[in-house]
Amino acid sequence: MTTTKEVKSVTGITVRLAGDSGDGMQLLGTQLTNTSALAGNDVATFPDFPAEIRAPRGTRAGVSGFQVQFAREEIFTPGDTLDALVVMNPAAMVTNLGDLRKGGILIANEDGFNDKEFKLANVESNPLDASVIEETYRVFKVPMTALTRDAVSQHGLSPKIADRCKNFFAMGLVYWLFGRSLEPTLRFISDKFGKKPDVAAANEAALRAGWAFGETTEAFGESYQVEAAELTPGTYRNIMGNQALALGLVAASKVSGKDMFYGTYPITPASDILHELTRFKNFGVRTFQAEDEIAAVCATIGAAFGGTMAVTASSGPGIALKAEAMGLGMMLELPMIVINVQRGGPSTGLPTKTEQSDLLQAMFGRNGESPIPILAPRSPGDCFDIAVEAWRIATECMVPVMLLSDGYIANGSEPWRIPELSDLPKIEITHPEANDGEPFLPYLRDENLSRPWAIPGTEGLTHRVGGLEKEHETGNVSYDPKNHQDMVRRRAEKVAKIAERIPEQDIFGETSGDLLVVSWGGTYGACHTATKRCQEAGHSVSHIHLRYINPMPRNIGTLLRSFKKVIVPELNMGQLRMLLRAEYLVDCIGFNKVQGKPFTISELVEAIESNMPAAASKNAAAVSKAG
Amino acid sequence: MSLPVLKAADFASDQDIRWCPGCGDYSILAQMKKVLPELGVPREKIVFISGIGCSSRFPYYMNTYGMHSIHGRAPTFATGLKSTRPDLMVWVITGDGDALSIGGNHFIHVLRRNLDVNIVLFNNRIYGLTKGQYSPTSTEGQITKSTPMGSIDHPLSPLSVALAAEATFVARSMDANVKHLGDVLKRAAQHKGTSLVEVYQNCNVFNDGAMAYAQEKKQRADNVVELEHGKPLVFGHDNEKGIRLVGNHLEIVQRSEVPDDDLLIHDEQDPNPSIQMMLARMRYPEMPEPMGVLRAVTGVATYNDQINDQVALAKTKKGEGDLEALFRAGDTWEVE
Ligand SMILES: Cc1ncc(C[n+]2csc(CCOP(=O)(O)OP(=O)(O)O)c2C)c(N)n1
Ligand code: SF4
Repeated sequence: MTTTKEVKSVTGITVRLAGDSGDGMQLLGTQLTNTSALAGNDVATFPDFPAEIRAPRGTRAGVSGFQVQFAREEIFTPGDTLDALVVMNPAAMVTNLGDLRKGGILIANEDGFNDKEFKLANVESNPLDASVIEETYRVFKVPMTALTRDAVSQHGLSPKIADRCKNFFAMGLVYWLFGRSLEPTLRFISDKFGKKPDVAAANEAALRAGWAFGETTEAFGESYQVEAAELTPGTYRNIMGNQALALGLVAASKVSGKDMFYGTYPITPASDILHELTRFKNFGVRTFQAEDEIAAVCATIGAAFGGTMAVTASSGPGIALKAEAMGLGMMLELPMIVINVQRGGPSTGLPTKTEQSDLLQAMFGRNGESPIPILAPRSPGDCFDIAVEAWRIATECMVPVMLLSDGYIANGSEPWRIPELSDLPKIEITHPEANDGEPFLPYLRDENLSRPWAIPGTEGLTHRVGGLEKEHETGNVSYDPKNHQDMVRRRAEKVAKIAERIPEQDIFGETSGDLLVVSWGGTYGACHTATKRCQEAGHSVSHIHLRYINPMPRNIGTLLRSFKKVIVPELNMGQLRMLLRAEYLVDCIGFNKVQGKPFTISELVEAIESNMPAAASKNAAAVSKAG
Repeated sequence: MSLPVLKAADFASDQDIRWCPGCGDYSILAQMKKVLPELGVPREKIVFISGIGCSSRFPYYMNTYGMHSIHGRAPTFATGLKSTRPDLMVWVITGDGDALSIGGNHFIHVLRRNLDVNIVLFNNRIYGLTKGQYSPTSTEGQITKSTPMGSIDHPLSPLSVALAAEATFVARSMDANVKHLGDVLKRAAQHKGTSLVEVYQNCNVFNDGAMAYAQEKKQRADNVVELEHGKPLVFGHDNEKGIRLVGNHLEIVQRSEVPDDDLLIHDEQDPNPSIQMMLARMRYPEMPEPMGVLRAVTGVATYNDQINDQVALAKTKKGEGDLEALFRAGDTWEVE
């Protein structure tokens, strides 16, 4: 369907859909995202869930939001301020309005604004009636519930079920407003509700009614169009971080010719990896939902000992439980992947919110000298590549590899260019065979300092591994003091040597200058975009983003020393900064946020600008004038 | 081609055994080395996985594959291994502290899942490796290094726990009775599903003689009832005593006073574990303690078979996984 009204072309739109956690906002958001991606836009999303599954209806605690930015140029974040906000009730309005830009579009489900709802949202009167609202925003009050009931009346549904369709009405309206096609969502409806034809028909009717409402009502004078983005040619699909991780793991399993074992215990926001992987049994994936995280990681080690590609995942609290076994894994020198989808901590913390505060836990959270490699994806799509890379390193070096994702990446999505199978890295794994007559040395090291992966069932290689210190080469238990020091050194050296087999750090901007922004993990998009804006404003600022955290790329020290100042933005109190300062003796400045929320681009721009030498002298001038 | 015939000595590793002289662990090790050759499984197909404790040093002494893991978690390592390598014969070696204290959770779960592994639980009713603290199987009032006024914990019976988890094979034996031990280990090995063998093991350093009533030849006859499937429960030097089920409890009777038809006939194959649980609850000194196989139920699917069957079924139904198709599942679009 095409509109007959005026269409205004814009470069990008940031919209947030907010309602009660039962209102289907996440569904609405994912549909809008997919449809926009299919329209060729670059997209980035930020779902924001309440901590409770069903917080009391209508309250501020129960507000569920989904933000999506779609644009005709490459974007790296879901956007800072909103161009449009759709709210289903007063609680959603008051908790989200602060992010809507002046002049932005506010669409409210008028039927959700009544005395009962005001009470639940803890507001004294109708927030829509405040005169400042009409003055500041372009407000559209739409009686969505009533209109939805009318639209679905002929389908004979109970009022309760009928009311549930109102998110499809809202969707239809949003689709009209932003020139999105209804087709993908119509397909989705028939796939999902095909077995319940009345529900499918009602949802379709609601969707079309929403679209028609935009087209016919006088209130909406124009709609907006975002042209397709110029992305690298290829076939694309929209992908979420956890989904990409699962695909990356399956791909790594295939290219290395290994079946996968995935041992885990449910925890937000890591559980979706399990949900994805368990559908891939025909790829030889065995998923094990253990009795706890300790059982999960230990079973993973057992599978690794048996010669399987072994993976475990959790979030911070579960990783804490896995610590002892991870120490064993590094001591046994077996390849496996340990994924931490970080969330707000400490302890149970903020389960549904994002944070990057488990870096030091990953580095040091085991007893004894226990170094392991650490990698971190920078975006949802990058999760795919990082998973494959983690498995490559694990097998080349016979070591558990820690992979640090986070809630923001895990649930966020972006267009993902589907790789050609031939582009996937080859991972060659060999298991030793018996060498006639020669005694087998399970801890004899190769040029990577890694030991052979001899697996049970192989004749002539029977050997015993365990957590007691090993004698060099034979692997027999040894309490010899010199041997212990030697083995501690060798294990550390093995991990350090990985730096020789990872790429040098690339840099966005000049290789020297006034200020260097150093980031890692899910803050990539915001840091990249903020740096770009500051560069465009004429500042001498560059950005490096670490995907390899232990060991770090070989040239990090040089890069850090090539700038007058280094700023390290992190969603923690300064963990990467501590590592950089300790390792490279460079005085890094922290920019830290621990609010369970990602960085906005504008706060990073501000942080960068206030650290530019020019700004400092300007500030100084201002101060002296004032003085 | 026939397999080379192995001897007990072929299963001995080149490592020095470091248990205290006189420790019951030696006897269990010896029986294991004796039984394995009788099973006809090649050495390289056998894996011993242990937790932490004196008994858990066991894998180092066997010339098979082995893993000395972390405290209490051996069943979980075994789960990952056996689920992915069902072709291997996996033994779990654990102690009473290892299996029932720190590893209590995993102990229950491996049993209820019926993973096809054999668990040998060395029960010395004490923590040996950490030098003499009481364990979950220590008796009430027991004086140990950490309970100078006597333990106030109620002891836990591994057999009761296993039966409550509806384990498919549950047995008890003891270090000193080598023939019995060998037979039970062999039956455990042949069982498909999780087998648990509790072995009374004397720690002559920290808890010497704690189970002498059951281990010493002189006392054994009166304090132990040896179970045999389909046979009545009788014991005593001249088998002069029997066990009878009255209402919902068991009692000791003199065979001279009641007809043999009244005695309880042992049914290790009863899928309902209720009576087997009554046997597990017979405790010295009130009752003789059962020795042998309490429960051996066949035909229950194993975890390892099921996890692999699902993979096979998925392959039959959906075809071998195709990465290309997986990547391209759902809505895709082209950018030129
Ligand atoms: C996580 C952890 N906690 C505590 C210990 C110390 N520890 C080692 S063995 C053991 C108890 C062993 O007792 P049991 O399982 O009965 O074995 P035994 O030594 O008697 O054979 C303890 C508490 C440990 N190694 N690891
Ligand atoms: S402490 Fe006890 S259990 Fe441990 S080796 Fe010595 S006798 Fe055996």
